[in-house]
Amino acid sequence: MKKLLLITGLVTTLFLSWIGMVQAAADLEANTPAISAIKASMQNRHGQLQGHYNAGAIGLTQDGFIAVKDASAVPLSQRGALAGLVKDENADRAKLYLEIATANGHPEWQGEIQSTFAGRWVDKAQTGWYYQKDGAWQKK
Amino acid sequence: MYQIFNKKVIISVVIAAAVAMPACVTINIYFPAAAAEKAADKIIDEVWQLKEGLDGASGAPPAATPNTETPAK
Repeated sequence: MKKLLLITGLVTTLFLSWIGMVQAAADLEANTPAISAIKASMQNRHGQLQGHYNAGAIGLTQDGFIAVKDASAVPLSQRGALAGLVKDENADRAKLYLEIATANGHPEWQGEIQSTFAGRWVDKAQTGWYYQKDGAWQKK
Repeated sequence: MYQIFNKKVIISVVIAAAVAMPACVTINIYFPAAAAEKAADKIIDEVWQLKEGLDGASGAPPAATPNTETPAK
């Protein structure tokens, strides 16, 4: 009977310490130098992208990136630059998602972080901006 | 009555617990969805300058300077 109590106590202790470990992981690290650098780069680019969001030339995709929605909303001479902006922005976003995952010691979380962002970008988008839903463009 | 808790049973229970605990830890290091949303919101606010950035970005500085230029009557 004593042994049984001892074992129960041991198992309980293990269980409680395990709960403590899980609770400790309740916050996400998102303030590393690498993440700050990506944020600064995206913030700079946003000045150039904003007009294109407003004009409906670009929109937010379902998977947390951006895409050209209507190139004809931009003068022919600027379309090359727009494509470059979109490419650079998406490269930064991919890096951002991976950096957050690795900064937290879980590179495998990249996909989940990406889909979390995908929803939040759309929720925070301004009225009139376009976003993709089930493969179709929607106006917010 | 407690004869069913003989040495063999106790040892198996201990071994089972020892095996099961790390397995639980592995499975339960779950993706912290709420924390991820919080982090995402903060980053998006900064990138899109949605909080304090709005005033500054719109090119309308605080209305402090006009007071000094108010013409005297």
